[in-house]
Amino acid sequence: MFASYVLVAEKNMCAIAVTLRRTLFLSLRQTADPLGEGVRAVPIMSYSQKNARGASFCVLEALNYTLAMTRYRVWSLIVLALGVLLAYFVWSTEMDPASRYHFRFGLDLAGGTELVYKADMSQTPAGDQASALSALQGVIERRVNLFGIAEPIVQTEQAGGISGSADNRLVVALPGVTDIKAAVDALGKTPTLEFRLQKDVQTGTTTIASFEPTGLTGRYLQSAALQFGSGATAGLSAPIVMINFNTEGAALFEKITKENVGKNLGIFLDGQPISTPVIKEAISGGQASITGRFTAAQARDLVNNLNFGALPVPINLESSSSVGPTLGAAAITAGVMAGVIGFAIIALFMIVWYRLPGIIATVALAQYLVFMLAIIKTVPITLTASGIAGLIITLGMAVDANVLIFERTKEELKSGKTPREAVHVGFARAWTAIRDGHLTMIISGVILFWLGTSLVKGFALVFVLGTLASFISAVTISRVYLLALVPEQAKGRWHFLLGSGFRNV
Amino acid sequence: MTIVKYRTLIFIITGILLAGAIGAIATYGLPLGIDFTGGTAMQISYPEGRPALADVQAQIAKVSLGVVSVRESGNDAITIHSRTMTPEEHLAVLAALSEKAKPTELSYSSVGPTFGTQFAAKALWALVAVALSIALFIAFAFRKVSRPVPSWIYGLTVIVILVHDLIVPAGFYAVLAHMTGADVDVLFVTALLALLGYSVNDTIIVFDRVREHLATNERTNSKESFEVTVGKSISETLTRSINTSLTVVLALLALVFYGATATRDFALVMLVGVIAGTYSSVLVAAPLLIPLSRWYTKK
Repeated sequence: MFASYVLVAEKNMCAIAVTLRRTLFLSLRQTADPLGEGVRAVPIMSYSQKNARGASFCVLEALNYTLAMTRYRVWSLIVLALGVLLAYFVWSTEMDPASRYHFRFGLDLAGGTELVYKADMSQTPAGDQASALSALQGVIERRVNLFGIAEPIVQTEQAGGISGSADNRLVVALPGVTDIKAAVDALGKTPTLEFRLQKDVQTGTTTIASFEPTGLTGRYLQSAALQFGSGATAGLSAPIVMINFNTEGAALFEKITKENVGKNLGIFLDGQPISTPVIKEAISGGQASITGRFTAAQARDLVNNLNFGALPVPINLESSSSVGPTLGAAAITAGVMAGVIGFAIIALFMIVWYRLPGIIATVALAQYLVFMLAIIKTVPITLTASGIAGLIITLGMAVDANVLIFERTKEELKSGKTPREAVHVGFARAWTAIRDGHLTMIISGVILFWLGTSLVKGFALVFVLGTLASFISAVTISRVYLLALVPEQAKGRWHFLLGSGFRNV
Repeated sequence: MTIVKYRTLIFIITGILLAGAIGAIATYGLPLGIDFTGGTAMQISYPEGRPALADVQAQIAKVSLGVVSVRESGNDAITIHSRTMTPEEHLAVLAALSEKAKPTELSYSSVGPTFGTQFAAKALWALVAVALSIALFIAFAFRKVSRPVPSWIYGLTVIVILVHDLIVPAGFYAVLAHMTGADVDVLFVTALLALLGYSVNDTIIVFDRVREHLATNERTNSKESFEVTVGKSISETLTRSINTSLTVVLALLALVFYGATATRDFALVMLVGVIAGTYSSVLVAAPLLIPLSRWYTKK
């Protein structure tokens, strides 16, 4: 039994080994193997040497190939298991309501408002612009957080060559908010706090109280705090807003109070007097307290406004957009539908045309999709309508490398190589076209990202990531699967399985 | 070989196609959307039935916005285009529309004029930058191939092909926009940029094969004419050029028919672009190398 096996093996393998050595010697000298594995270098030797080593070499070679096949089978099982695990991750995290790996949908899908502001840096020295912009971001973030909505995003875009933008911009995304005006009002409100001195003006017989600016404004404010003092009259605790000035403000405040004892000092917020206390004495130390016509809630707002208040630079609303929830929900359903159908027809085409390699390409494509979804979930990448479209388009592009490899393999088969050899050479020779093609796509993807409004960025990210992922999936995953299945020689049904289009091998 | 043989005819047909696309752009123009010009676009749906557009116009006229365009969109919705609205004007328009019906605002988008012009400039730069870097990359990738045409000729051919691949879908979009009232938006630019990166792929497939044959010929001292090499390369790579594009076309068809309305025009432009890109790669790119090589050797 064993002897006959060896004999048969020797007969078959020896023939293969000889042709293999010859063809490899001729062809592979020029061909770099991209992944460094695959076809091993076969010693170049003269025919006499080769004959001298004879049968033992052939048996070794046969053993070598069985081993290689087993190795590829183990690898393909590992790759398959990884794919299943990733699929489970994508599925389970979406089912689990508490998971932090849900898909994040952009405003065009989830509904919400996006506001783009231009920061007016005309008064800010060039060196301070970056810090002013990040301070602005901080202030706006605090104001946005007062809205109490889930996952608001505040981003800045600095002017300059890298971003390609001529202006410093602030982009605010408010999911779920559709009332643009309310949002703009809440964000854009710049409370101005002013201290004005009362000056009575005599007009005819009536005396009109008018207030003159003192130059002391919220600019000199260091911090504000809310306190509750015991109201002497009603027994209610009256809210008190405590103000701390910075050194400059403290000096100014002391000067004003010293020179105007007995007069009324009006405290104005956004031009409206909120309290007009009488100056009893000069106040040093830079602390003032405001009590007046406000409730506890108003006092709290005032403190917030004063603390978070003054924007470091003025902002102008440049563009705004909002999408209602119905449109977005319809877009998600449609996107999923198009994705499922797109995947199905691509798979159908690949299997009908390329048969066994087509099935492998479909499995690899499914793994590519699962991998992309897992990346989108974990990074996380915010999905927009264009991002979903990009993902579906990359499904069609991801099999491109497979098509190139399979076509090349077919050519090698036609030229008389054995199937495994053809697969090896097919991968190696398709490599340059695959590499160059993917690189041009990455070039355009990166520039797309740079063009970057949020709509384009969603697409560009998916496009670049998809190109990279399909690159890896095509040259590794389908290769491992193919080498785990394709036999040494095409016999019987393998003629059909490895054929394509209307032809068998 | 057929393709190389009839290349003059193919060049003429391509020329006519290009002239048609340019003619469409010249006649209908590419209407720039608010992403470029600034302005406001609103999409309003009337679940209880869409009123006459003239009535809507009359309602909006109460808010002084200047010229306002109102168009039908889908089954029960309208789109309104106007100059950039302030948040207050936006509310006023919504109030005016809600007087007689119960509309829902599907989407609202308002872009300031400076923002728009800056985006236009940036988009143009992006297109030029992508085309140039791809051409430079091709010239670099083919640097070892210098006979009978130097590698920069491959890069130059790619630029010619890329221009073709941009003009054809743009011409298509001019016609589409004329018929449906669509306008050029960010997604249109996205489609063009993605097309630049993708449609050059098929050109690379053919060029890669030419490169391989030239290397083999050099090694074996073969005196095969360049014309034969190119023809051989085209017919050998024909199936894969078509199949790689076909899979993308299938994905795009799924998007056109089942995808979100927001990305339908985008998918259509890409569809036309991918088909035009395959056509130009297979039928124009490599054959174009032949007259270029003649011109270069004569010089």
